[in-house]
Amino acid sequence: MTRYSLFSLAAKAVSGHRGWQRAWRDAAPKAAYDVIIIGGGGHGLATAYYLAKVHGITNVALVEKGWIGGGNAGRNTTIIRSNYMLPGNEPFYEWSMKLWEGLEQELNYNAMVSQRGVLNLAHTDAQRDGYARRGNAMRLHGVEAELLDLDAVRRHAPFLNFDNARFPIKAGLLQGRGGTARHDAVNWGYARAASALGVDIIQNCAVTGFLTDAGGAITGVETSRGPIRAGKVGMSVAGHSSQVAAMADLRLPIESHALQAFVSEALKPIIPGVITFGAGHFYISQSDKGGLVFGGDIDGYNSYAQRGNMPTVEDVCEGGMALMPMIGRARLLRSWGGIMDMTMDGSPIIDHAPIPGLYLNAGWCYGGFKATPAAGWCFAHLLATDAPHETATAYRLDRFATGHLIDEKGQGAQPNLH
Amino acid sequence: MSRLASGGLIDRTRRLRFTWDGKALEGYHGDTLASALLANDVRLVARSFKYHRPRGILTAGAEEPNALVTLGSGAHADPNTPATTVPLTDGLVATSQNRWPSLRHDVMAVNQFASPIFVAGFYYKTFMWPKKAWEKLYEPLIRRAAGLGALSGLPDPDSYDREHAFCDLLVIGGGPAGLSAALAAGRAGLRVILADDGLEPGGWLLSCRDTIAGQTASNWARIAVAELGIMANVRVLPHTTIFGIYDGCEYAGVQHLGAGQPEPGQPRQRLWKIIASRALLATGAMERPIIFGGNDRPGVMMASAASSYVNHFAVAPGRRAVVFTATDSGWQTARDLIGAGVEVAAVVDPRGGGVPVDMAGIRRVRGLVRDVRGSAVRGADIATPDGKVERIDCDLVAMSGGWNPAIGLAAHLGQKPVWSEAIQSFLPGALPPGLAAIGAASGQFALGAILAQAHGAAAALAETLGAGGHAGEPSVAEDEACGVAPCWHVAGARTKAFVDFQHDVTDADVALAAREGYVSVEHMKRYTTLGMATDQGRTGQLNGHALLAAATGKTVAEAGTIRARPPAQPVAIGVLAGHHRDEAFRPARLAPSHGWATALGASFTDAGQWKRAQWYAQPHESDWLETVNREVLATRNAVGFCDVSTLGKIDVLGPDAGALLDRLYINTFSTLAVGKARYGVMLREDGMVMDDGTTTRFAEDNFFLTTTTANAARVLQHIDFARSVLWPDLDVQATSTTEHWATFSVAGPQSRALLADLLPEIDLSNAALPYMGARRFRWNGISARIYRLSFSGELAYEISVPADHGPALAQALHEAGATPYGTEALGVMRIEKGHPAGNELNGQTTAADLGFGRMMAKKKDFIGKVMAQRPGLTDPARPALVGLKPVDRAQRIRAGAHLLPVGAKPVAANDQGHVTSACFSPTLGHAIALGLLAHGPSRHGEQVVVHDPVRGADVLAEVCDPVFVDPEGVRLRG
Amino acid sequence: MRIPCPYCGSRDIGEFVYRGDASPVRPAADGAEAAMFAYVYLRDNPMGRHEEHWYHTQGCRNWLVVTRDTLTHEIPSARLAAPLNAGDAV
Repeated sequence: MTRYSLFSLAAKAVSGHRGWQRAWRDAAPKAAYDVIIIGGGGHGLATAYYLAKVHGITNVALVEKGWIGGGNAGRNTTIIRSNYMLPGNEPFYEWSMKLWEGLEQELNYNAMVSQRGVLNLAHTDAQRDGYARRGNAMRLHGVEAELLDLDAVRRHAPFLNFDNARFPIKAGLLQGRGGTARHDAVNWGYARAASALGVDIIQNCAVTGFLTDAGGAITGVETSRGPIRAGKVGMSVAGHSSQVAAMADLRLPIESHALQAFVSEALKPIIPGVITFGAGHFYISQSDKGGLVFGGDIDGYNSYAQRGNMPTVEDVCEGGMALMPMIGRARLLRSWGGIMDMTMDGSPIIDHAPIPGLYLNAGWCYGGFKATPAAGWCFAHLLATDAPHETATAYRLDRFATGHLIDEKGQGAQPNLH
Repeated sequence: MSRLASGGLIDRTRRLRFTWDGKALEGYHGDTLASALLANDVRLVARSFKYHRPRGILTAGAEEPNALVTLGSGAHADPNTPATTVPLTDGLVATSQNRWPSLRHDVMAVNQFASPIFVAGFYYKTFMWPKKAWEKLYEPLIRRAAGLGALSGLPDPDSYDREHAFCDLLVIGGGPAGLSAALAAGRAGLRVILADDGLEPGGWLLSCRDTIAGQTASNWARIAVAELGIMANVRVLPHTTIFGIYDGCEYAGVQHLGAGQPEPGQPRQRLWKIIASRALLATGAMERPIIFGGNDRPGVMMASAASSYVNHFAVAPGRRAVVFTATDSGWQTARDLIGAGVEVAAVVDPRGGGVPVDMAGIRRVRGLVRDVRGSAVRGADIATPDGKVERIDCDLVAMSGGWNPAIGLAAHLGQKPVWSEAIQSFLPGALPPGLAAIGAASGQFALGAILAQAHGAAAALAETLGAGGHAGEPSVAEDEACGVAPCWHVAGARTKAFVDFQHDVTDADVALAAREGYVSVEHMKRYTTLGMATDQGRTGQLNGHALLAAATGKTVAEAGTIRARPPAQPVAIGVLAGHHRDEAFRPARLAPSHGWATALGASFTDAGQWKRAQWYAQPHESDWLETVNREVLATRNAVGFCDVSTLGKIDVLGPDAGALLDRLYINTFSTLAVGKARYGVMLREDGMVMDDGTTTRFAEDNFFLTTTTANAARVLQHIDFARSVLWPDLDVQATSTTEHWATFSVAGPQSRALLADLLPEIDLSNAALPYMGARRFRWNGISARIYRLSFSGELAYEISVPADHGPALAQALHEAGATPYGTEALGVMRIEKGHPAGNELNGQTTAADLGFGRMMAKKKDFIGKVMAQRPGLTDPARPALVGLKPVDRAQRIRAGAHLLPVGAKPVAANDQGHVTSACFSPTLGHAIALGLLAHGPSRHGEQVVVHDPVRGADVLAEVCDPVFVDPEGVRLRG
Repeated sequence: MRIPCPYCGSRDIGEFVYRGDASPVRPAADGAEAAMFAYVYLRDNPMGRHEEHWYHTQGCRNWLVVTRDTLTHEIPSARLAAPLNAGDAV
């Protein structure tokens, strides 16, 4: 594998860039592997990479029904943050943030991890106190957090609507280390690094069923390219978790919902970091290319359609105009929908399935992108050691039965409210 | 000047002045900014995204990738506006963008010299060392260089409108197909909406020289629009782009109002949401470029655009032209140029063949334009099949690589287009429900055939939908030749050949992506950024896919396409938000006493959608705390009153009302006596507390329920679900009466005396109206209710009158001597009494957490009962409600602080809970708080550390009972 | 997207509140822990035909059972979750 650097780039330029190799091998499936990962999103790719890199398990197949990074991993608003409130979540997301911070050097691929801050705005005293609770929780976990008063918010983002807003801004919670990363580069970087360590990345290979032994344990997968056997099968298929689980007669505490996201035409830099509105559904950042990248609430009904409807489009844009009326003249360029695996408490699952041989990484709701490195790390840890990683011990499947829920928003068993 | 002496659709009697980069220029009414610039010989209008290459005007339509300008200035500045879509107006100010210091001398053009490095995806391979330099150095440089135009940073000063419409047939596009279809459907009597995105309906008819029914095409279009305009059942929406198709036959469009600028006091744009039983996609087609060296130079133009500038706008886009065409329509452009007096040096066509008879003397070269010479076009190198290259001097290269039907909308619901070998492009395959394609969007390019096909389609729909009228006959026109040969890429170019103009994606970039394995069209798009510019690949994407197909040994059909997504054209965020901004973002619900409180100088706070009086400051008071302390003490020592109308109110009626409430609440209501109220707690089915409130029984079958302000709608929905889905056998109805009643809490030791004076008709004695009693009565002849309820812990009453009598009651209470108090004093008194409210009812707490564990009835089923028994919800270590007071009484406690054992390290493992609500208690003279603390109820008397690092230093606090004032409840029963 | 409310007619989804799968049936209370767990937490989450509860909050306030395709979003039918009482007929 050619190492990426300015020097290799310059050297290859001399020959018209004819010397570059494929970023990852185009592998065909073998008959059997130690581990099969279903799903070539960021989580699956990261899992494959860390299995090989951290645990030395390189006889790994990653099977993807389309092209890698084609689901939510390539259709999100690219935000990374670790500003969670509950003890079940915060260590995990902070571990993810730490992995983000070294990712590019680790993978030798510039994923444009950009820590320009994530600011959550508060519009009532109670909301400010809620953010204080969250900020204090972050501090207790050793994560930096800052509660900004109105003047500090004004300095951070002078273009916000401070003067005639329906819900005046009172304060903000800033995580300075939060920010964004280039989603496609994350996928490609993991794919390239995993492939270089020997992982087979098999695209256009749809899983159609599970292979089982006499005792019902899972021993591999049926695919559109034939059966593939494996000691362990991990599924990491986001919005299609229920579909794949159903092949193993497993029902999950998950509903699939469409989340729309939006990008504007490219504009000169004006939005610092990520800003979220506290009195409506709206969050925004600006890509390095200049597009305003924004989103809001999920459409709210079960969907596998990768698109949404006008009420949400309008709701999101109303939130944007209420918060920063300067964006009225920016033009929406493209919108899209991703399918979110919304759980009943709004938090994910990294656990054994109740079927031997099958492992679950699911339920990421609309927060899967920022979790990519740690989800890969922790899922690889579970697959390799059969024990949960120390930062992911709360993400058990049986927590819904035992009542040890991780409900950041306090909305209960109603996935579309998380 | 390149303005032609005659012809075109411009109005030469109306001269318009405008400025371009500060320079004063003139054009005519009917011009676009692009045509006016060309008429003034302005050829360099923009710089490209990456290399900052000089760019001119490529098209005459909304797909323009190059000629993006900033319109207007200050808060009205409109960045990234295609000059081809801007109607010229007097005084228009246009500025070039993404260049410094000037358009002609742009420093960033040095990027071109680094182009051997700046290939596709170069930034993924570098800028990684040293690690810290990304945010500090590389990224700021990249960000500054990227972007095109700039937002002003000022609030958008214009307003936007929103409109809903319903119709039988929506015709999308007012070119030949759309007009023909709209005429047929309109005559037949369908309710028709015709939306056309041009400055004037007509589409290609305004730019061609064909004749229809003996008229020039443009005249025919204007007559057709006039006929449609007088049909009562037809609505023509000019300058309206349908940008999205959504479920349920919903079509979203944006209409541009005013000629480029809004009329004074009028909205700038209008959002249309049209529900159409049927729709016809008559969006036409877009001509595609050919990939050859220097195909991005100012002076290289789409052939159809050259025709448009000549025929529609009476502008010669050059003096000496080479037409490079693989289509028959390119020959028509040659004809149009000749007709306008432009010298056509050659028509270069990869296909063999002769010169049409009417163009005798024009040179036809079988070959390809390999490279264009000059920074702006000065000549073209023509490669012929014999391997020779000939240079022809020219200042215009008009190119035509084929026509792509404009079918993006047809893919918005997920349907995939299909490849057509005949037109060398994609056509709609399956279509969204109710939609059909006609005209060029359906691959039909011959004018006569389009008119007939569109007419036939509309007439058939009219019949299907049962319209009674007669569709008439289609207009007749001749069919011109519309052949095309595949011609994507000219090999062997000596200079850069562009696939995506705006994003500077070249043929070499596509080849590199293929080499590195980014071979899915989506990977190639994302790796090279091809198709991610403001035109969303409408000019170059198919060319890129053809290159990728060739590089990977596939056909274009096999390579596939990118799914087109809304919006079909960029749409201002402002128009999508409509009126919902500033104070009008969300409705403000006003309590009945709002006007009265405003007159009294109250400050207001937001509680959900409600505005509630937060406190009533008096002129001499120095800060809000002084005010709130006065309000609390006045209530505790005398009498105060507060508007509590925002609490949700629900009437539950019917023989089974009590049975339903028993299943909704953890405690029992069917046993409640008539004329009495009871406090209740309801759970979600998952066992967590959902809401609380008091319920009063006014009759056997008549309960009146209150909810918290925040949960009013959710509780009504919950009740409706319970009675109609869970237990439809129960005979019970529910209805919201929140807005019907104005309710005031009148609290304090003197409340009975005050009310006795005010309401002499009621017996307020303990015997007649005991604590938790309720009565209906008449006040000034109107129906009213009084409840003996207390949130403050004082002797207190709640009085309800019809909402419109609220101000009068507030006035009466005030005049009788009660002190008005706001939500802040209300909050202080409830914390002093240890009542849970929103901060404690946060959806994460159980009844036991809040001290209501013993209220949970054992012998009946209720929502949440089973799930509340789970180990995670019954764990005795769960944080539960406690009171907190600072050991040093001068110190303050804030909500949101966490609770740690004394002496423990401030780490998560030692986190034992948090402060939910806190205030200064004027009754006690020090700060108090409520919190949720692990094993809390058994720790009264212990000390804990209140840890609040985001706001201040630690505070030592004593854990105590959450009821700080009158724990025995003597006062409220007084 | 529009829902054909049997009481009000075809209306925009903005008028409705979504709850979820209408097929799980609430078990009777005591001793039903496993059944209640499945009712509250487990979902088939099908790709395709889905019977689901919608509440016409800005209309007639009826709870509806809407049949909708989760892949195409097509809605072939909708009915009232509880039949109208006698005398409530439209």
